[in-house]
Amino acid sequence: MAADLGGQAEPLMSVAESRRRLIVESLGIAASAMGFGFVYGLSAREAGFSPIEAIAMSTIVFAGAAQFAAVGYVAGGLAWPGVVVLTALLNARHLLYSAALGPWLRDVPRPRKAVMAHLLTDEAFALAIGHFRRIGATDEWGFWLGAVVSTFIPWNVASLAGVLVGGSIPEPSRFGIDIIFPAAMIGLAVGLITGRRELLAAIAGAGVGVIAALATSPAIGIVAGGLLGPAIGLLVPARVARETAPLGTPSSAELYARPGTHIVKDDTRSGTDAG
Amino acid sequence: MSTQLVALAVLMFFATYPWRAVGLLAPGMDRLPRAALDYLQLVGPAILAALAAVNVMVVVDDAGAPRFHIGVEWVALIACLAIVRWRRNLLYGLVAAIAIVALTRAAGLAAIPT
Repeated sequence: MAADLGGQAEPLMSVAESRRRLIVESLGIAASAMGFGFVYGLSAREAGFSPIEAIAMSTIVFAGAAQFAAVGYVAGGLAWPGVVVLTALLNARHLLYSAALGPWLRDVPRPRKAVMAHLLTDEAFALAIGHFRRIGATDEWGFWLGAVVSTFIPWNVASLAGVLVGGSIPEPSRFGIDIIFPAAMIGLAVGLITGRRELLAAIAGAGVGVIAALATSPAIGIVAGGLLGPAIGLLVPARVARETAPLGTPSSAELYARPGTHIVKDDTRSGTDAG
Repeated sequence: MSTQLVALAVLMFFATYPWRAVGLLAPGMDRLPRAALDYLQLVGPAILAALAAVNVMVVVDDAGAPRFHIGVEWVALIACLAIVRWRRNLLYGLVAAIAIVALTRAAGLAAIPT
């Protein structure tokens, strides 16, 4: 098992404590989903979508950036095949999310995972992976909270509100709604930075993302940052990355390699070798 | 009431769902080589930071061309980051970020990126 080679690694959090933190984070994400869902509904209305069409997008596609883009494409008269291809490109980053969550959710029955996949958004991924890593185990309840309660429901309710009553609110961006999503993303990223590798991956992801976005498009930039950031983060040697910390801590390489397999699944705080 | 675009939503679903499902449903994701799992563990911080940075630093003009943007949104993002790091509470960070952007725009000190 992992040797204790030093480093004051952060102890694992209890499930109850991490759930409390998840609920607070979920409130912020729900606010973000409400704000953006409302603006989406408003945009869809202005582009000529009926309420049924707007809410169908939110329920069936359930991908904010792609929905915003689709509103623009439809309003601009782009043919449907073009919209579909651009949607696939815009949502390619979800492959990284599902690949990262896959090992954590390996014991979840496949039918439930099939439903989880539809609900896997930027926000759901960030909330779930942060929660799982804090407790060092899989907590399915945490995924559903982040995916359904804090994202799916607020997004759809706000989409409907936006398309029905949004016309009476001029320029919602005046109220700072557009900053909620990036602020939520950077705030959630902070919770995932537990060592130098994560820090370098985040900085590199941001840098590569912006450069690639300027050279091509924001969608490609985000995917490029998500692909190259982790590769650059791996340049930090393991001994420097705090990944030789004691087993049972968030910085443990063993924990990362086999998520959830060596943690005693009780509700007590654990900061020592649990293997 | 028009329902024509519901069919487009279904097509968009089929362009999105496979990306979301492959990693969760493909067998053997938990038996990947150690290097691959190490890589996947870094996806979260990298892509969330990329999402945040691209959202505040890159705007797309009317012609569809991306351009670099400098504005109060940077300050809001840094404030959110610092508060979340300090207080470990995302809500505080979001409230601060929204307040900075809304107040500076209301005071005419910052414009809405277009």
